[in-house]
Amino acid sequence: MGLTRFSGQQVVAAIIFFLLLASPPFLSSFLLTLLTQALIYGILAMSLDIILGYTGLASLGHAAYFGIGAYSVGILATRYGAAFGITLPAGVLLAVLVAAIFGTVALRATGVYFLMITLALGMIVWGLAHRWVTMTQGDNGISAIPRPDLGLPWSLSLSIPFYYFALAGFLIAFWILRVIVRSPFGQTLVGIRESESRMRTLGYHVWLHKYIGFVIAGGFGGFAGVLWAYYNGFVSPVDLQLATSVEVLLMVALGGRGSLIGPALGAGIIVLLKNLVSVYTHRWLLILGAVYILTIVYAPEGILGAIKRRTKEVKPRAVGVHGLTEGEIEGG
Amino acid sequence: MSTKRIAAICGVLVLALTVDVVPAWPQKGPIKLGFLTQMTGGGAAVGKDMSNGFMMSLEEISNQIVGRKVEVIIEDTQGDPAQALTRLRKLVESDKVNAVAGIFLANEGYALAPKVDEYRIPTVWAVVSADDLTQRKPTKYAVRTGWTSSQPNHPFGEYAAKTLGYKRVATIAMDYAFGWEQVGGFQRTFEEAGGQIVQKLWPPLGTTDFGPFLAQIKRDADAVFAVMVAASSLRFPKQYQDAGLKARLPLIGGGTSFDEFVLPALGDEAIGAISPLIYSAAIDTPVNQRFVKEFRKKYGKVPGYYAEASYTAARWIAEAAKAVGGNVEDKEKFLAALKKVEISDAPRGPIKLDTYGNPIQNIYVRKVEKRDGELWNTVIQTFTGVSQFWKYKPEEFLKQPVYDRNYPACKYC
Repeated sequence: MGLTRFSGQQVVAAIIFFLLLASPPFLSSFLLTLLTQALIYGILAMSLDIILGYTGLASLGHAAYFGIGAYSVGILATRYGAAFGITLPAGVLLAVLVAAIFGTVALRATGVYFLMITLALGMIVWGLAHRWVTMTQGDNGISAIPRPDLGLPWSLSLSIPFYYFALAGFLIAFWILRVIVRSPFGQTLVGIRESESRMRTLGYHVWLHKYIGFVIAGGFGGFAGVLWAYYNGFVSPVDLQLATSVEVLLMVALGGRGSLIGPALGAGIIVLLKNLVSVYTHRWLLILGAVYILTIVYAPEGILGAIKRRTKEVKPRAVGVHGLTEGEIEGG
Repeated sequence: MSTKRIAAICGVLVLALTVDVVPAWPQKGPIKLGFLTQMTGGGAAVGKDMSNGFMMSLEEISNQIVGRKVEVIIEDTQGDPAQALTRLRKLVESDKVNAVAGIFLANEGYALAPKVDEYRIPTVWAVVSADDLTQRKPTKYAVRTGWTSSQPNHPFGEYAAKTLGYKRVATIAMDYAFGWEQVGGFQRTFEEAGGQIVQKLWPPLGTTDFGPFLAQIKRDADAVFAVMVAASSLRFPKQYQDAGLKARLPLIGGGTSFDEFVLPALGDEAIGAISPLIYSAAIDTPVNQRFVKEFRKKYGKVPGYYAEASYTAARWIAEAAKAVGGNVEDKEKFLAALKKVEISDAPRGPIKLDTYGNPIQNIYVRKVEKRDGELWNTVIQTFTGVSQFWKYKPEEFLKQPVYDRNYPACKYC
């Protein structure tokens, strides 16, 4: 067979990549804005996957880093006219810094307690956005954030160039995160997820690994936030409220945690469902709810997990770890 | 993975990516209007009132404007500014609407404003009341048919000092821009008329237990000015009464604390409360009586200002479209017409716009009373032709910052 050199997975990935690259000129501009949104949310979901999927810690405060990235852009670009070359590092570094502080608090706990602490920390950032009016303009949000000017011949205020801009961001984030999760460091995170005590016995500094993973996730969350602020030209406390954190968590769970591509897929599905189904009915939440329930019942390892299980029934599991976490999650 | 399966997946993907939501329409088809409001989540009931009012207005003209059919596409903002932006993109880029109306929340308004100008899409802010949308950050392509948050409270501050005779008032308001702007407007004119704001309390948005705040209220004030919204509007008056305050300190407040949206759910505890707004269902004009009767027949409830403002917004668009002979495709002319509309017989009374695109209209001081077993906002005083700048010169008014938590400062606290 001609396909023997490549696995089906790789072929699908190549086709999706090709479609992402080549389809924009043929799409309606509304669909294109949805895809752009999906890419940005995809980065956020992938970053959460580092702690949720690979390290096994469910965070309910991930929107905080997203919001910090977005607010950095909002404040710097509208007040000081800062260029992309400043807002990007500022947004990412600030998110890293906050994650570094929050990590020291949150990583004292695991399971439900970790969930609660991250929730509380996320709410602190939300409260700050809401109440520090002189800086954030409070509930009204910061509007009229200009699109970045990269000195390219194409203006990013048009939807097709901005789509490619977001796509580039997505691919860079995906590539870096993929290198990270495949590195010995990433494998250690998986080991910690599977059995913290065993890893500790083997001599790994468990806390430090988790901490670094947590900070990396925060940084990429901030990166997604930077793109989001430019995409919308607007940032408000809604971007970092609890509902946003929950939505990202659902994206990861729906797509399939611990796979990077899965969460990105989940982000795409949720963004499209939210926007396309609601064109036909205002009861779209019912449909979204049904999708979640069906996923939990029939594909608890997420959509990608289900596809993998079906297509790879004969082969041993790639990392051989999915079964274990299921039990753990349900138990917790 | 078999080749067949891969092919199937590809097929589905291609299909999913290329399906356009709505095809482009020919130039002279129906007039298409986009209506943005919240249809799911906490504000869904408000969104329903808004869309009902809007649709009812168009049905009364048989969905026809100078021979052209009117088509409305209602989109759900979910109370999320980012989602509101996405919906605006859809309405303008995919549906190719000729105008957009609606909008409930301030942050949605601020998020959409720059995009509205970028798209150059004529827009009517029906309900969103954030002051700066028609003050310090005006949108070129939008007009407002509702009100600014401080607008009703300017005359009311003066009224409270001069007519009600209060000298010292404590305020308790939801802690966000809508609350700040209402309290700010009230405070400014109340203090200029000789009154004193002696306390400002700010319960967070969504507070339902006001115990800790009610305990703090200064008992030596003459009255309490409350700005509540949604669920807090429902709970506050009862808790105010239960705390034994109703008998000691008269309750006055911003319009949404006691509007028709919450009145049916309130009990006798609300009776006697006085508040100002651009509308009351109890306005005693034939036009309004008919509007209330028809709305009630159709949707089974008394219309509040959300419904009236959206009803009038649709009328506004229809009048402007008529003025340009139905040629709404000429955006600039249509926009100019929107800015020139004057309506003398809206349910709320006569309306025209100031040069900033905000209505000059009547402000009604209303008192909650029981009539035939129902609560109504009886109009006890009408201020006619009130502008968002009240009696101040617009240029001078705009030099001061927008009202917020600490502006005007609480000098007598």
